Amino acid sequence: MEYVQLSSVQVAAAMLILVNAAISLMLRLRLERSLLIASVRTIVQLSLIGLVLHWVFALQQLALVAAMLVVMTVIAGWTAFQRTELRYHRMLLDTMLAMWVGSWSVLAFAMLAVLQGARSWHDPQYVIPLLGMILGNTLNGITLGLGSVLDGFRACRHDVETILALGGTRWEAARQPIQKAARTAMTPIVNSMMVVGLVSLPGMMTGQLLSGVEPVEAVKYQIVIMFLIASGTAIGAVGVILLAYRRLFNERHQFLFARLHRADVTGR
Amino acid sequence: MPRLLSASNVSRQDRSRTRWLLKNISFEIAAGDRIALLGPTGSGKTLLLRALSLLDPIDSGTIRWQERVIRKREVPAFRSQVMYVSQQPALLAGTIEDCLRFPFVLVQRSASHYSRERIVEYLRVLNRDASFLSLESEHLSGGQRQLVVLLRALQLDPQVLLLDEPTAALDAASVGLVERLVHCWQQQAPDTRTLVWVTHDPRQAERVASRLLHLHAGCLQANQE
Repeated sequence: MEYVQLSSVQVAAAMLILVNAAISLMLRLRLERSLLIASVRTIVQLSLIGLVLHWVFALQQLALVAAMLVVMTVIAGWTAFQRTELRYHRMLLDTMLAMWVGSWSVLAFAMLAVLQGARSWHDPQYVIPLLGMILGNTLNGITLGLGSVLDGFRACRHDVETILALGGTRWEAARQPIQKAARTAMTPIVNSMMVVGLVSLPGMMTGQLLSGVEPVEAVKYQIVIMFLIASGTAIGAVGVILLAYRRLFNERHQFLFARLHRADVTGR
Repeated sequence: MPRLLSASNVSRQDRSRTRWLLKNISFEIAAGDRIALLGPTGSGKTLLLRALSLLDPIDSGTIRWQERVIRKREVPAFRSQVMYVSQQPALLAGTIEDCLRFPFVLVQRSASHYSRERIVEYLRVLNRDASFLSLESEHLSGGQRQLVVLLRALQLDPQVLLLDEPTAALDAASVGLVERLVHCWQQQAPDTRTLVWVTHDPRQAERVASRLLHLHAGCLQANQE
């Protein structure tokens, strides 16, 4: 494979951030501090992960790979939880569970059924980047789905309770907000599948092209990835929506509206 | 009189468990009863109706329907017999007729059908004609919305109708019409159709009910008029 090696001098391209800083200063956006922190974090986080991956790839140890996957999943689950404004008791648990099932089931499918050319089913060179891409998208799906379903339950409270009072089941009462949330969660991935290759070249494919992979090969990978991401997002989002529904509607067909509360802003 | 619906020692605390919203409430409703539930704002009238129709969980006590505790899967069927009509009328969109048709899409109602003739008959009691049905629900006033949710409940023939201040948003003339409509409905089957009517107004209570209940700070005060 041929590709131009990046040197630390080229990393100084990071200095381009000075353009942003200049704009911020001229327009008095007061973003300089955030820009500085963001730049430093970009460099430090990516350099660290480069070292860690180098090490993990070289060792090829199952325990190490597993630990890495677990940490990635937990961070994704925690982030999805943090981004939702309305909360309920045990929401963190539900978010983690949905993140876990959504991303790992799809990853397992990819490793066992699709990528049979890998050295082993836990080859870090494949599992880690694959999980990373799946998690990033499942995270969006879960955040959108959960946020939308909780907002929907709150906004449609009187509709939900009216349906229950008329003799509707909890499913009949909750169905509309649930459907809307599932649609909201799915929209970004459907949109990006619509225009992929026409408007956007996905990051992974761009990366492969830059590192000299034959375009036809890179595309094959990307197609697989798009479907992995789509199903991971769907499983995670629908999973978390249904888990929230089970917590907020009990078996006696009661809507436990009082369980919903705003995130404690001071606690952050 | 057979006991239709009974509450025994029903209690509920607020979320922080520092205050009783309902405390040791016990009473019985017989078939054909017409009960008015009176009490100042915040005394728990709405919460009591919601507890009776099992819309809210209670902390202790039991609610029995025809002498039996209701099982989980019987709750939707129970609510279609003990129907709570909320103070916050949710119309579920469309025209008024769409709102009135809505309950028939529920599994619980799949065996019965919407009857326009019946609604037109009710409208006649309210001094309105069928053109009312084609109004868009989003343009309705608070009073009109109350009429729609009342009509929606009446056409379903529940055995017990729990009305939560059904005339709060109405002018004096309409209040009289609504009282007459509910009275007519009840008189069509006076031995089975049962009413619990929440109101602030003692005179209205006298007009619509044969039995008065007073609620004060979550406690039931007197049982008989």
